[in-house]
Amino acid sequence: MTMEDQKTILEVDGLNTTFHRNGRPLPALRDVSFSVARGEVLGLVGESGSGKSVTLRSIMGLARRYGEVTGQIRWKGSDLVTMSDRALRHIQGREIAMIFQEPMTSLNPLLTVGLQLEETLSAHTDLPRKARRDRAVEMLDLVGIPSAAQRLKDYPHQFSGGMRQRVMIAIALAANPKLLLADEPTTALDVTIQAQILDLILRLAQDMDMGVLLVTHDLGVVAQTCDNLAVMYAGRIVEQGPVRDVLRAPGHPYTVGLMRSVPENLPPRTPLYSVPGVPPSLDALPTGCAFAPRCSSCIEPCLQDRPALTLITDRRHVACFNPITNAKGNVA
Amino acid sequence: MSDAVFTPSPPSRIRLALRKPGFVAGLLIIGFSLMLALFPGGFAPYDPNAIDYLAVRQPPSWAHPFGTDLLGRDSLSRVIWAYQVNMQMAVLATVFALVIGVVVGALVGYYRGIADLIFGRVVDAVITFPFLVLVIAVVAVLGPGLVNMYIAITLVGWVYYARLMRAEVIAQMGNDYAAAGIVMGYSDRRIIFRHLLPNAITPVIVYWMTDMALAILLGSSLGYLGLGAQPPQSEWGVLIAEGRNFISTAWWLSLMPGIAIVLTGLGFSLLGDGLADLLRPRG
Amino acid sequence: MSSLFYILKRFLMMIPTFFLVMIIIFLLVRLLPGDPAIAMAGDRASDADIQAIRERLGLTEPMLVQFWLFLTNTVQGDLGRSILMRTDVIDVIADRLPITVFLTVYSVALSLLIAGPLAFVAALNRGRWPDAVIRTVFQIGLSMPVFYIGLVLLTFLAAQLRLFPVGGYGDTFGDRLYHLFLPSITVALYTSAIIMRNLRSAIIEVLDAEYVQFARAKGLPPRLILGRHVLRNALISTVTLLGLSIGNLMSGTLVTETVFAVPGMGRLMLEAIFARDYPLIQGLTLTFAVLVSFVFLMTDLFQSRLDPRMRLQ
Repeated sequence: MTMEDQKTILEVDGLNTTFHRNGRPLPALRDVSFSVARGEVLGLVGESGSGKSVTLRSIMGLARRYGEVTGQIRWKGSDLVTMSDRALRHIQGREIAMIFQEPMTSLNPLLTVGLQLEETLSAHTDLPRKARRDRAVEMLDLVGIPSAAQRLKDYPHQFSGGMRQRVMIAIALAANPKLLLADEPTTALDVTIQAQILDLILRLAQDMDMGVLLVTHDLGVVAQTCDNLAVMYAGRIVEQGPVRDVLRAPGHPYTVGLMRSVPENLPPRTPLYSVPGVPPSLDALPTGCAFAPRCSSCIEPCLQDRPALTLITDRRHVACFNPITNAKGNVA
Repeated sequence: MSDAVFTPSPPSRIRLALRKPGFVAGLLIIGFSLMLALFPGGFAPYDPNAIDYLAVRQPPSWAHPFGTDLLGRDSLSRVIWAYQVNMQMAVLATVFALVIGVVVGALVGYYRGIADLIFGRVVDAVITFPFLVLVIAVVAVLGPGLVNMYIAITLVGWVYYARLMRAEVIAQMGNDYAAAGIVMGYSDRRIIFRHLLPNAITPVIVYWMTDMALAILLGSSLGYLGLGAQPPQSEWGVLIAEGRNFISTAWWLSLMPGIAIVLTGLGFSLLGDGLADLLRPRG
Repeated sequence: MSSLFYILKRFLMMIPTFFLVMIIIFLLVRLLPGDPAIAMAGDRASDADIQAIRERLGLTEPMLVQFWLFLTNTVQGDLGRSILMRTDVIDVIADRLPITVFLTVYSVALSLLIAGPLAFVAALNRGRWPDAVIRTVFQIGLSMPVFYIGLVLLTFLAAQLRLFPVGGYGDTFGDRLYHLFLPSITVALYTSAIIMRNLRSAIIEVLDAEYVQFARAKGLPPRLILGRHVLRNALISTVTLLGLSIGNLMSGTLVTETVFAVPGMGRLMLEAIFARDYPLIQGLTLTFAVLVSFVFLMTDLFQSRLDPRMRLQ
């Protein structure tokens, strides 16, 4: 037992999530395991369809309405996977909160932002009406919305995209959660606003001593903001470890591919790189490693068996039979 | 679940549709209805117009499974011969509206401008009338009968096809291939009819299926009201109207043609739903 | 202030539409072969009657002048004289209008009562047996012509079991509800099939919407999620759907009035057709169009009250 383990708040162990489409099972998540410590920022990266978002929704108890979730999600000694809806409601929004990708569609267009903020408070606190209103104003103020008190009566469409994302953060954090699940919170925003929103999330996380599980497809964002990193591909974690170590010496060919596609690392006029090919369809996964068909260092065993996530060096895990050694990811 | 990409493997689509019981049932019903419509003589046990005053209003029996009508005609044979008229209705009441609608919709969608503005007003005006009221009003002027009924339905119905087609064409114009055609200097006609139309027509075809079901309902309603097919022609609406005054004593007269309507309408709408699933772009 | 402006704008938008509606109705009678005056006067008309109609329609004038006359006459409430009823068309319609309006409102209410809860049950049980049962039953309902539903109900519930009267429409409000139940439920069974189908997908869309996922992630109790987040949004789709289905509903009303011998505008329309009472046909067609566009207007206004996004536009 190290110091890290004692501070662990969320522990996901062997998480499997399966949806069904046209009578066929779609393995959206397979054997996903990771943990988040108090105050830690864990980045979850991968292409769309890799299962990042499904991971968050499985933790939040949203995925089980649409499919089957098995494995363990340990939170303060209890298992969220087997927990009843009723018990789960005391954790959703109160202890674990989530913000979504699309600020345009994630707020109810028919209700004022004040109501949408206050309903979280009335679900999770005993505050009287007046105190709830004060707290709502305080939260809007905290996320940087000017003249907060006047804006409680406004509807979501009266806010800009960036402001709406701030409102969503205010709602999510209103009940002082210990963990924030952020599902690509900046993807839908203008580039100039993206940095502001990220800064806001990180600053609030620090102030509130809150863990953050940040889903993104942008390794640049991860490099700037996260402590640890997990790379997902076709519903599995293929590489995991501290951000610095992984980015300095990525082990999985897919991680290398992702790093090469980050433009900031390139000298000017280098052609933009993207991982060749497309991710496999979830209902037609290859027998061996799911990445094998796109992989440049694919060897014989990759087509036969699926590599397990194994410890390679201190706190670093890679699922690959032929991991890259000594590679610098940003070499074009 | 925005993150998960569910891409079905493409060749399985038709097989997938054939696994849906609804679609298969629709296919069977319409297939069988077509057989009855094309070869009524091969299925009907009697001449539908053979009058027998000695066997008037007989309840269903082995000799007459659907009983006999007021003039002793065999009800089953009349219901079967009516397939000819009612299936023809599904096609003739819709196909001209479809063609006119597709052409007009494609043209106003492609050229926009003043013609499109006027078209928009025409749509507004036509949907302001309840469909049946306008059709009946036109039939009233032209006079009752099957042909005039087709004309009336076409005069009103093309607007709905054109509206759908216009929207599809405008959506398709946003695609690169349309812009490419314009840049490459293809003639308007070629762009509209060779490139836009084949891509835009899918939802129109799906709507056509459901519209055929509606045409049978509408046609038999008009027949019932005395404005469509005229007796002694065998048509389900007419048959039901003939039996309506004897419904408590000779219930089979109205019941059997009604079942034929429901079954055929169901067949077309199941087929339409299955086709919509089959043709809907996915991924 | 802004909603007043919206209503005004909405009214102005109706003007070109109604102009075209008038053109359609005007051209309708001009499709008649021969002299429309003779056709419009009816078989038993004297030469003087025909001459009077010629003057009213301005048949010797050019088309544009004729249309202008038709337009001004109509706006002043002069729809001509009914051959069948031997009174002014406007009076005949005023007599029958309340019955049809009553029947329509009644049908709307019954459609909602049938389709609303069932659509919710189906959407919440999507893919499971209650959904399958409800959808199958309504799919069959959708394939039943209104006159056939009416005939079946009339035979079994009214003629055989004597639960309901066979015809008529009653004098007091309660009496009317009783008399018009079967005609209304006939229309409602058909329209609710259309509404149910669309409403079910609308509710499913709302249930899957990100803001509902967000509301769940907030840990709100289910009754609040359904009542506040789902129901309100689903209500907008319901109102829109009802508005759009009003044409279907009135088509159904026309048929049901005939089947159940309810003396409304629909039955009158058929009588007018068989009597070749063209002024009455024109007047009724116009009245139906006015009713539909009134419903469209109400739908829009209701939507703009319900949806804050529309208030500012």
